[in-house]
Amino acid sequence: MSDDTPLTILVADDSDTDRHILETIVARDGHRVLSARDGREAVSVFEEEQPDLVLLDALMPNLDGFGAARRIKALAGESLVPIIFLTSLTDTESLVQCLDAGGDDFLSKPYNRVILQAKIKSFNRMRAMHSTILDQRDQISRHHEHLLQEQTVAKQVFDNIAHSGCLDSNNVKYFLSSLAMFNGDILVAGMRPSGSMMVLLGDFTGHGLPAAVGAIPLASTFYGMVNKGFAVSDILREINHKLKTILPVGIFCCATMVDINFRRQQIRVWNGGLPPGYIRRASGGEPEPITSTHLPLGVLSNQRFKDDMQLYDLAWGDSLYLWSDGIHEARNADGDMFGEDRLKAVFVEDADNSTLFDRILGRVQAFVGEGRRDDDLSLVELRMDRPENVNAVAAEAERRSRSTLSEWTMSFDVLPGSFRHFDPMPLLLTILVEVPGLRQHSGDLYTLLAELYSNALEHGILQLDSDLKSSAEGFTQYYELRQQRLSAISEGLIRIHLQHSTTDEGGILRLRVEDSGPGFAGGARAPALSNDSHAYCGRGLALVEKLCDAVHYLGDGNEVEAVFSWSSDA
Amino acid sequence: MSSNNHLNREVLTTLQEVMDDQFPVLINTFLTDSEERIRHIQKALAARDSDTVRRQAHSFKGSCNNIGAECLASLCEKMEAAGRAGELEGVEQQLVEIQQEFSKLKGTLKSFAG
Repeated sequence: MSDDTPLTILVADDSDTDRHILETIVARDGHRVLSARDGREAVSVFEEEQPDLVLLDALMPNLDGFGAARRIKALAGESLVPIIFLTSLTDTESLVQCLDAGGDDFLSKPYNRVILQAKIKSFNRMRAMHSTILDQRDQISRHHEHLLQEQTVAKQVFDNIAHSGCLDSNNVKYFLSSLAMFNGDILVAGMRPSGSMMVLLGDFTGHGLPAAVGAIPLASTFYGMVNKGFAVSDILREINHKLKTILPVGIFCCATMVDINFRRQQIRVWNGGLPPGYIRRASGGEPEPITSTHLPLGVLSNQRFKDDMQLYDLAWGDSLYLWSDGIHEARNADGDMFGEDRLKAVFVEDADNSTLFDRILGRVQAFVGEGRRDDDLSLVELRMDRPENVNAVAAEAERRSRSTLSEWTMSFDVLPGSFRHFDPMPLLLTILVEVPGLRQHSGDLYTLLAELYSNALEHGILQLDSDLKSSAEGFTQYYELRQQRLSAISEGLIRIHLQHSTTDEGGILRLRVEDSGPGFAGGARAPALSNDSHAYCGRGLALVEKLCDAVHYLGDGNEVEAVFSWSSDA
Repeated sequence: MSSNNHLNREVLTTLQEVMDDQFPVLINTFLTDSEERIRHIQKALAARDSDTVRRQAHSFKGSCNNIGAECLASLCEKMEAAGRAGELEGVEQQLVEIQQEFSKLKGTLKSFAG
């Protein structure tokens, strides 16, 4: 829009002479002219045609120029419609009245064409500028709205992931800004199947989107692995690897990860780059700092990453306090930072742990002052409590008992028709690994089952003598005999009995294999354990004994029970 | 009051250029307009309506300035001031002066409009 774009100009004057002069001047310059004879007409023409500029006589019948100007400015809203008052009024008071009514300029009589042209041009430039500003303002506000919308979506996605854990457990207190993820702060907590609680407080470098991108892979990795019972070191390594791979150099995550074992009253802590957390004993006294001994997550390659942790014994009621540097760096109106000393002073006050969290938060917020409240505060309190008091522990046990195999038995009979070709191992193993804690022992379990089953089949049912296998020729003969007897067999039974139960530490699996053979009474002898490593026979049961806590021979020796216990505390 | 002040030739010449073929129309408009104003002022004086006197005189003054009728404009200004003061004493005499000045002007302008 250049300053000589033709405009639509409204001329409002009750004097035919004056109006005629103005109309002629304006039209000669190529503008479109609208006319009105009084104020009321001027307002209605304006409403209908929305002219770009208004030339308004001050004294008119019906509605005078001042009234008309007010209505026109109101109708124009935020678009700029310059009003030039046509007046032979010269006293200051009248001119002020024109300006108060919304007038932008004056034109006095006799009309001067050159001056009028200059005024129109100048207002045209102003209009163009104004509309550019409005466009840009609208654009900015659209961008801003868009950004907020994106942040809302991102936050929803993030909340869905982050809140799948147990931050609401009754031994946890925390404070996080509602837009914490965009400050780079993240807090996740989850229960391992063993009933220990894992908590990670992280602080990504930077602000805004760059700080937020790492939060989602961190949270999803954390929850995925905690729920499956992975060890802290595995989880830390996996998160470190993910962040190192995904994030650009210079963006990383200062973090503290805590594994709270309620049964053993122990916590294990890994701190990489966060300010020291404090342990505050229920019995009082100075806080014990847990300082950073590692580099932040996402800095080192996994080969150089260190996952060693500090171990602390906590009594019931002892609490651990973690924070991001937002607390230390919170500033008051004078620009002073809250700092480590003020924080420590809150701990030294002689009051019990139950109010400490609120006191820390209150002290920081009072320091910062009303209105300047920083959004960067992240604070967590983790209390050591009896497992039966911690609702997240109960919830986890409930979830496990509902969703996984814990207490169960099963009997599985293999009948003669299946002896020759059927291998029951894959089927049984599929069932056993449904128990989360047994999954990692599937190799051992396979060996156990395979040995017990082949003993039952070869010695119990087929009555093969393992002594045969002590020589190379005997070994061949053994397998020929095995083939012969297998093809001839038409009766018998191998019963595999599995019994599983859980314990505080993990679980116990009893594997009992019983065959319909005569047992020791029928001539088979108890399998002697051989210490001779060159012997071909006896290897199987020696291995079984090694893998198990105990092996029992029951009945007439045609029944063997192996007891396998597992622990979920890796 | 010198006869030079009756009509400012410079204003009128400029106006002639600006209006071009519309100039005679404008002169006629001014004459009709002015007769109308004078009638309004007469009525308002009879009704002792000082505000209308003020407004009419004000507008009349504006038109006169635009045409270059400076003498008539200053007569109107005096009447406007009287109207604003609410002092209509002697305004009838002013009206007579305005009527006399206008009829003189009428002849001159008509010759201009050709």
